[in-house]
Amino acid sequence: MTDTLVEARGLTKRFDDLTAVDGIDFDIHQGEAFGFLGPNGAGKTSTMKMITTVSPITEGKLTVFGLDPTTQGRSIRQRIGVVPQEDNLDLELTVSENLYIYGRYHDMSRAEINPRITELLEFAQLSDRRDSTVEPLSGGMKRRLTIARALINDPDLIILDEPTTGLDPQARHLLWDRLYRLKRDGATLIITTHYMDEAEQLCDRLVVMDQGKIVAEGSPRELIEQYAPREVLELRFDDEQRDDAVIKMDGVAARSEVLADRVLLYTDDADDTQRALHDRGVHPEQVLVRRSTLEDVFLRLTGRRLID
Amino acid sequence: MSVSAPSRISGIGRLTPFRAQRIWEHNYIAYRRLWKVVFSGFFEPVFYLFSVGVGIGALVGDVSGPGGVPVSYAAFVAPALMAASAMNGAVIETTFNIFFKLRFQNVYEGILTTPMQPADIAIGEIGWALLRGVLYSSTFIIVMVVMGLTTSWLAILAIPGSVLVGFAFGAVGLAATTYMRSWQDFDLVTLATMPMFLFSGTFYPLDVYPPAIQLVAKISPLYHGTELLRGFTLGVLDWTMLVHALFLLVMGLIGAAIANRRLDAMLRK
Ligand SMILES: Nc1ncnc2c1ncn2[C@@H]1O[C@H](COP(=O)(O)OP(=O)(O)OP(=O)(O)O)[C@@H](O)[C@H]1O
Ligand SMILES: [Mg+2]
Repeated sequence: MTDTLVEARGLTKRFDDLTAVDGIDFDIHQGEAFGFLGPNGAGKTSTMKMITTVSPITEGKLTVFGLDPTTQGRSIRQRIGVVPQEDNLDLELTVSENLYIYGRYHDMSRAEINPRITELLEFAQLSDRRDSTVEPLSGGMKRRLTIARALINDPDLIILDEPTTGLDPQARHLLWDRLYRLKRDGATLIITTHYMDEAEQLCDRLVVMDQGKIVAEGSPRELIEQYAPREVLELRFDDEQRDDAVIKMDGVAARSEVLADRVLLYTDDADDTQRALHDRGVHPEQVLVRRSTLEDVFLRLTGRRLID
Repeated sequence: MSVSAPSRISGIGRLTPFRAQRIWEHNYIAYRRLWKVVFSGFFEPVFYLFSVGVGIGALVGDVSGPGGVPVSYAAFVAPALMAASAMNGAVIETTFNIFFKLRFQNVYEGILTTPMQPADIAIGEIGWALLRGVLYSSTFIIVMVVMGLTTSWLAILAIPGSVLVGFAFGAVGLAATTYMRSWQDFDLVTLATMPMFLFSGTFYPLDVYPPAIQLVAKISPLYHGTELLRGFTLGVLDWTMLVHALFLLVMGLIGAAIANRRLDAMLRK
């Protein structure tokens, strides 16, 4: 059995009469990258804040490293690194001072911190900005600095709340690469995201959250296999033809979703389905065949898309 | 390069229980670049001393100091300015500076994801504010000594006295900041400190007022600070100074308790 780092049973968070996290269960094991996927307001951040011990639990049970966040928060925080959803870098300090002071908050000595700063700035590709102030850094650089800061204490568990939201594709890929390296080196990661591709790339296992509940759980592959047939046909129609086509297509694929701008057909064999469409006299403007993704899983589970 | 290779691990149990000094360390790093801002606060009481104390003092001549002893007007005003400088330093620090970090930068939320706790922040920031106040008051007392405005060795006790002033105002300032929502609210800070500065027996003894108004002025915490420091710098000790000291101490403790509770509630939702 692998070590369980985080264990939640019936974990609940309420703000007045709003239930942000509604009795969820999960186990996060040593060395895995565990994802929380879900739309805005699903309760991802609220869950992260309970794990990082900064938000008191309303109900249920939660342990981190086998410790109780309510009474042993300090010992837990000593061993975690946190990348919050919103950057909260210290604008009064330079890049390296931001790292230094977090080392001090963790009671590291100057002699321990300094080599670590050099190492982490290199990791975050910020070595040449060492003495720069934080303000002029790009969004991607700030995010990388926040991640470097979270690593200063060499944490056993790294919690990343939407690490790549708001970054351009290039910056995202650089971040993914860094996270991938952490994982390869044995770190345990908890990642929340709206992006299916991010979850598929980085997570060994994930839960899909919606309105405070976990609606599915598994590896990205398992979830796709379980909830979405292998391939997806994305069809676009002229506005006039669409309603007619939707009727003609009834039953042609294992499952279909009619979205505002297109129709999705889920199937195990896209070629077969395309032939069937042709036979029925359905002629879309545009056809795109792709493998199904976590987005399709989410659509299936909730009837909604993740990012509106 | 492998980042998670354990270059060190601070073993569990190695944590220092008292860690408010980490906040001081942070502020020290930040202030190394802002020393000019800090420096400017030193001049204000000096300007008052030369204009009001020395200038108007030339017209006024001697006044009756604590215990009815006649003292020069400048020597009468100077300890009040010293108390006000400790107040101003502490208030500026815990209001304007902290508001920005608390409301816009979320700096403290980040800090609380480390082993730091809300009490460390409250104690650290109040302590730092107190230090800034005492920095002003203790440089100011040097000016006083040079100008011959201290008449006793007891004047040295005015420095710990101004620590109490800085503590009381720093703590209440921090508590007040947790209730502030916008920059406009800071007008209230000025609205509180300005009249306090003018009416706390700073420039003349309170007995020029009828007893009812005197009573109002005596609620002013700065009045207690002023009387305490005046007793020390003029070398006239009196049991009422114990009351003044106690007033400031209790005010500071209440302020600190409220600040701590409020910060905890705000930052750990
Ligand atoms: N401090 C708070 N006070 C009141 N309600 C809150 C608070 N924090 C979060 N909520 C509410 O809890 C619900 C879950 O929010 P949460 O931030 O956990 O969602 P999320 O999955 O992280 O969303 P996003 O993807 O937008 O970051 C939302 O309805 C939110 O408005
Ligand atoms: Mg969130």
